[in-house]
Amino acid sequence: MTKRNETARETIALTNQSVELGRSEAPSELLRELVAHLRQNRTQLREEWVVRIAETRLLTAMTKEEIFAEATSVYDSYVEALETETFEALQAYARNLSERIIPRGVETHEVVGIVLLLRDVLARSLFAKYQTDFKKLNRILDAYEPAANRIANTVAVGFVQERERVIRQQQEAIRELSTPVLQVRERLLILPIIGVIDPQRARQLTEQLLRGIRTNRAKVVVIDITGVAAMDLTVANNLVQTVEASRLLGATVIVTGLSPEIAQTLVTIGVDLGKMNTVGDLQGGIEQAERLLGYKVVAIAGEPS
Amino acid sequence: MEVPILKQGQYLIATFQAALSDADLNQLRSGLVQQVVKLRSRGVIVDVTAMDVMDSFASRTLREIAHMIRLRGAVTVIVGIQPEVAFAMVQLGLTLEDVATALDLEEGLAYLNQKFKNTH
Repeated sequence: MTKRNETARETIALTNQSVELGRSEAPSELLRELVAHLRQNRTQLREEWVVRIAETRLLTAMTKEEIFAEATSVYDSYVEALETETFEALQAYARNLSERIIPRGVETHEVVGIVLLLRDVLARSLFAKYQTDFKKLNRILDAYEPAANRIANTVAVGFVQERERVIRQQQEAIRELSTPVLQVRERLLILPIIGVIDPQRARQLTEQLLRGIRTNRAKVVVIDITGVAAMDLTVANNLVQTVEASRLLGATVIVTGLSPEIAQTLVTIGVDLGKMNTVGDLQGGIEQAERLLGYKVVAIAGEPS
Repeated sequence: MEVPILKQGQYLIATFQAALSDADLNQLRSGLVQQVVKLRSRGVIVDVTAMDVMDSFASRTLREIAHMIRLRGAVTVIVGIQPEVAFAMVQLGLTLEDVATALDLEEGLAYLNQKFKNTH
């Protein structure tokens, strides 16, 4: 059964091939003709494209000269990709271009928009050139459209990938910045938490703190959550777990800066805070930690306090 | 593999070498509880630095050791729990409540010395 199906498919393929051979030119020949046309009318088509870009108010973040300069290189890469039917060079160019324009706030729809505009401009010029020979126009478009669509795809995908890369990089940077474990005295760490805590960040905080306790040989840790606006059940439980895990490493945890809202939430959802050592503000927390460690801060006699 | 129990002054020290079977843990428990009175020790340190996995049985045995030793008139400190192990234990609800813990052997000794400072 399968065998027969395959044979049938082969026959169809053969028929298709013979149909194509029956035409006057092979697709590659048509593409060559197309490329020659695009090279010949480079100046005029490029200009028209830039005008269309300005009309549709794309790339408003860039100056006219910049758009023109970029348009020239995009045009040339576009024609080159059509000619060679290889997309690596264009891909590299798209990535490079994205790298330059993303920091300036260029959006995805703009990049896709300009490539589609170029496709339209070129298609229009083909209509104009072959309007007397409808059959030829059809064949030219048969060769042009798949290649043009692949180019548009390549550029859009390249742009989006670059953007995702930038976003990932920034996320990483934010994550690293957001969890500092600081030593303020011998054996005393503070962990100021600012912003929204999601379960992933909570986990990371815990890991970083436990590692910090080990490397700094800490005995007391002050976790300051003044900068945390809200806390849900998962995160509250995670905080309790962090306190318990720190204790297993031999460190005492003091939590400071619980806002009235968070205190209310924690009481309402019934998190067991019995094991937690809490102090009103960071200063009080550090003072208590110093007491636990046996430090005593004394003002120097004679100095104004 | 049997866990050796070392006498160090007034204290006993038991160091876990690697993953232990349940039988080894039971043996360690009875060994410690016997030795602590026989050797008139005041403190016991159980060092679990080498354990990178702690199952519920091991954690429960540790707690039992600590409680039994208290009833025999001495103090237990568990030292050297790895950060990853600590977090995994807490997530499983194995928090070793009312058992003293310390970062490492040195800290554990310091804890006991501090505790018995005034009663020499």
